Amino acid sequence: MSGSILLSRRTLIGSLGASAGGLLLSGCDALGANEGFRGVLRSGESLTYATQRLVSDRNALAREFAEAEMSPVFRANGNIMPASADYAAHLATRFADWRLVVDGLVARPLAIPLAALMAMPQRAQITRHDCVEGWSAIGKWQGPKLAHILSLARLLPSARYIVFHCADSFGDHPYYESIDLVDALHPQTILAWRMNDAPLPVAHGAPIRVRVERQLGYKQAKYVMRIEARASLMGLYRGHGGFWEDDSGYQWYAGI
Amino acid sequence: MNDRDIAETVETPTLVGGELVRRHALATRIWHWVNALTLLVMLMSGLTIFNAHPRLYWGEYGANADYAWLEISARSGQGIVRIGDVQAVTTGVLGLWVDGDGEPQNRAFPSWATIPSTYNLADGRLWHFFFAWVLALALASFMLISLVNMHIWRDLRIRLSELSPAHLWHDIKDHARLRFPTGAAALDYNILQKLSYVGVIFILLPLVTLTGLTMSPTMDAAWPWLLDLFGGRASARSLHFIAAFLLFVFFVVHMAMVLLAGPWNEVRSMVTGWYRLPRERMTSVKEDDE
Repeated sequence: MSGSILLSRRTLIGSLGASAGGLLLSGCDALGANEGFRGVLRSGESLTYATQRLVSDRNALAREFAEAEMSPVFRANGNIMPASADYAAHLATRFADWRLVVDGLVARPLAIPLAALMAMPQRAQITRHDCVEGWSAIGKWQGPKLAHILSLARLLPSARYIVFHCADSFGDHPYYESIDLVDALHPQTILAWRMNDAPLPVAHGAPIRVRVERQLGYKQAKYVMRIEARASLMGLYRGHGGFWEDDSGYQWYAGI
Repeated sequence: MNDRDIAETVETPTLVGGELVRRHALATRIWHWVNALTLLVMLMSGLTIFNAHPRLYWGEYGANADYAWLEISARSGQGIVRIGDVQAVTTGVLGLWVDGDGEPQNRAFPSWATIPSTYNLADGRLWHFFFAWVLALALASFMLISLVNMHIWRDLRIRLSELSPAHLWHDIKDHARLRFPTGAAALDYNILQKLSYVGVIFILLPLVTLTGLTMSPTMDAAWPWLLDLFGGRASARSLHFIAAFLLFVFFVVHMAMVLLAGPWNEVRSMVTGWYRLPRERMTSVKEDDE
């Protein structure tokens, strides 16, 4: 007799618990879909961006490792072969006629051959690459500093962001990324044409890939064709400053 | 702030159980509930992030080609959790499970355990990094206030004598027999309570916060000592997961103890501050202890 009461009470508690859990979950999903609430959640990104800029020195370096600490295998991620005919043609001629375009808010737009990038003062660094998914790999990168190229092109005072336009795309959407001037002028921000002491492989972004060592992997744009200086990210594709930012709502500031 | 003091110094001689007394300070109550909600959101959004790469490593780096000490995966129609060389089939819960629409899914943690319920790394990170601020700021405020209002010194301070094996064993036996203190003695935390609360407040929560920061590439540049402290980013990620798991274990034990000690009284004291002292037990029970 008391057993049946206990059972029904237990069933009651169980179903209450289950529906409370269900309510919580669907509540979270509903909240997460609410634009006002998303705005509150997104304020965390602004707070993190401002705070990390505040506590980290402008030139604070990402840790550099010894050769012995490098990952035996450096995983290639995202697009590993751009689909465009243009890219295929450049690849066939080993980028002999390829030019890196630097334009936008610069006093002197440039078109730089790969050989000229190789001839510029170089920086080599062994750093850790952190994917937003949680894995990381340590590799060696070499190339000219982005700051050097921007000084050649002479940024206009109105320039606030540097945009990287890439040869690869997801469906109809070209890959692109953007960073602020603090990261663009950072001493470890380079245009890498060498990786692990060999020419940058296609899977890792040949002919050049940008390294922004204090941010996550999706900011390290591969197959960079054009560098554009801009005052704002508005009006560029869907306005969020990068392919994954536009497509999936990833945070533009990927320092965390 | 002095409610407890008054209760102890003035009323102690007459407290035998049954009386309503002020137990928890307002700061403690606010932090408790903010923290409860925050930890739940952090845990569930954290599982979404974990689902993006359900493998854990030790050292500076770790990716698919490297050895993972923990891995949740789906292989030949089974959900599998592997820790080191030991693996268990977890089909239905971890690695391979059926979603609300009856579709099999091979994410590590099932939709009922994650925020949002369908896999979305960007949204998981949005939740996680907003509530991370709440967690860290609330913890810092609670620590500061509890230092000032003497909560730490008065209620959580562990005395050396309490750590003697005899004292610990006595407390463990009392817990195992579900014999909780009564009367005024119920106002003091016993050593197992102190160890678990101190462990959560001063070890697990700071650990989970700092290991979380170590996964941030900008913070690693700003504070490189984080990498030295935890032995690299991949290690910090593993420790972050372990600390979160231990916080979950604490939550389960905490719930069980609240249910056993009398959920109504316990929850009321954490909401209103007022706690009814448990009455003395029937006398004969006491003897078999000695």
